[in-house]
Amino acid sequence: MSTRTVLHEADIARALTRISHEILESNKGPENLVILGIPTRGVALADRIAALVAEFGGQPVPVGALDVTMYRDDLHRNPTRAPRRTQIPAGGIDGKTVVLVDDVLFSGRSIRAALDALQDIGRPAAVRLAALVDRGHRELPIRPDFVGKNLPSAREERVNVRLTEVDGAEEVTIES
Amino acid sequence: MRHLLDTKTLAREEALRILDVAEDMADTQRREVKKLPTLRGKTVVNLFFEDSTRTRISFEAAAKRLSADVINFSAKGSSVSKGESLQDTAQTLQAMGADAVVIRHGASGAPRTLATSGWITAGVVNAGDGTHEHPTQALLDAFTIRKRTFGDDSRGRDLAGLRVTIVGDILHSRVARSNVWLLDTLGAEVTLVAPPTLVPQDVSAWPARILFDLDEAISYGPDALMMLRIQLERMGAAYFPTEREYSRRWGLDATRLAALGTGSMVMHPGPMNRGLEISADAADSPRSTVLEQVTNGVSVRMAVLYLLLAGTTDERGEL
Repeated sequence: MSTRTVLHEADIARALTRISHEILESNKGPENLVILGIPTRGVALADRIAALVAEFGGQPVPVGALDVTMYRDDLHRNPTRAPRRTQIPAGGIDGKTVVLVDDVLFSGRSIRAALDALQDIGRPAAVRLAALVDRGHRELPIRPDFVGKNLPSAREERVNVRLTEVDGAEEVTIES
Repeated sequence: MRHLLDTKTLAREEALRILDVAEDMADTQRREVKKLPTLRGKTVVNLFFEDSTRTRISFEAAAKRLSADVINFSAKGSSVSKGESLQDTAQTLQAMGADAVVIRHGASGAPRTLATSGWITAGVVNAGDGTHEHPTQALLDAFTIRKRTFGDDSRGRDLAGLRVTIVGDILHSRVARSNVWLLDTLGAEVTLVAPPTLVPQDVSAWPARILFDLDEAISYGPDALMMLRIQLERMGAAYFPTEREYSRRWGLDATRLAALGTGSMVMHPGPMNRGLEISADAADSPRSTVLEQVTNGVSVRMAVLYLLLAGTTDERGEL
C-alpha cells in the first residue's frame, strides 16, 4: 500500500482562494450568498471559504453547517452514525444562493442527501456545489460548480483530506 | 444499540449519546418541515398492555417524524383480551415484519422477556413495565434538566453536581426508579421524599438520600424538584389517610413554591393531579418544565428509535 500526497498546505490555500474568487464571479458579488459545509471537514472548508469571500467581496457572508446523516440512503448498510449538528445562519436560506461545501466529491450520494435536507429547511433561489477534491466515480447526475482539484482515482483507492481544524495536519493524500 | 430496557444497565457514554442525538432531533423539530426521511420503510409497533395516552402518542409522533410506519396495538379489545399469550402476540408482530416494538406492560420484566426470548428479532423499547422502569421518561427528564441548566451548551455534558429531588409515591414509581439510576450515572445527587409507607424496602441499596419531610428537602435548595403523580387508584390501599393530608405534607403548594429558590425547576411527568401533589401555581409557573418535558419527550424518543433502527442489524449491538 502506498500513500502519495497530492495537495500540500499551500496547494489547499491556493485552491480555496480560487474557489472563493469563482464563487464571487459566478454570483456577481457577495450578495445573497449562504455558504453551508457538510460535516465534518466540509464545515471547516466552508468557514475558510466564507472568510475569503468576505475578504474579497468586502462584506460578511453567512456560513453554517448542514448535516446529511438523517437523509442518507445507506443508513441501513452501515453501523449507526451519530448525526452532527446542523447550523443554519439566522437569515435562513429562502431566496438565497446556497453554496454547499464538501471535502471530497465521490459518488454524489452525500450531495443528494444534502439537497433533500435543504428542501426541508427552505427554498433557496439556487444551490451550487464546491468540493476541494473531485475524485470521479459519480453514481448520480450531480456535478460540482467549483472544484479545488480534479483527482482521477481508482474506485478502491482512498482519498484522505486532513485539515488543521479537524486533524491537526493540512494535506490531501491518496492511498492505493 | 439493540434494545432499551432499563437505565440501570445503561452506561454513561450510551446515555450521553442518546441525549446528544436528541439535541439534533430537537433542532430538526424547529424547522418548517419537521419530518425526516430517516426511518422510511421501518415499522414500529406500539404494544400497549396498559392504558397510556401520553407515552403512546409521544412514541407515535417520534416514529412518524422519522417516517417510520406505526402500528398501534392496545390490549383492550384485542386478541390479548381473548387470552392470547405474550409469546403468540410477539410472534404475530414478528410475522408482520416489525422492526421495533415499543412495549408497555403491567408485569415488571415483560420487555426483557420479549427481548431475550428469541420470539422476535425486532429491537425492544421499554415504555414502562410494572413497577420496574420507564427509561425514556428518565432520559427526557435528564434532557430537560440539562437543557434548562446549560441551554445551547448542553451537548456532551452530564449532570455532575446537580441536585435533583424526587417527591411522591416512590414505592410504585417506575419513573422514580429509572430516574434514580440514570441521574446517578450522569453524576447528579438524588434525594427521594415520600411518606414512610411509600418508600420501597430495598431503598438502602439505591444511590439516593431518603427524606420524609418535603420542607426539609426544599430547604436544601435542589436544582430540580420532580413531583410524581399520586395514582388515585392506589388510594384504597391506605398508604396515607386522606388526599388532603397527603397534599398538606407532600404537595407542592404556593408556600413551598415560594420557599424553593427561583433558580430551581419544577418537574412533573404528567398527567398531573392539580391540587393534590402539585398546585396550579406551581404547575403554571415559569419554573415549571411540564410542557418542555412533553416536547423533549418526542426528541428523546426520536433519538432512541434512530439509534435502534438506523444502521445494519448485525452491528446494532454496539452503540
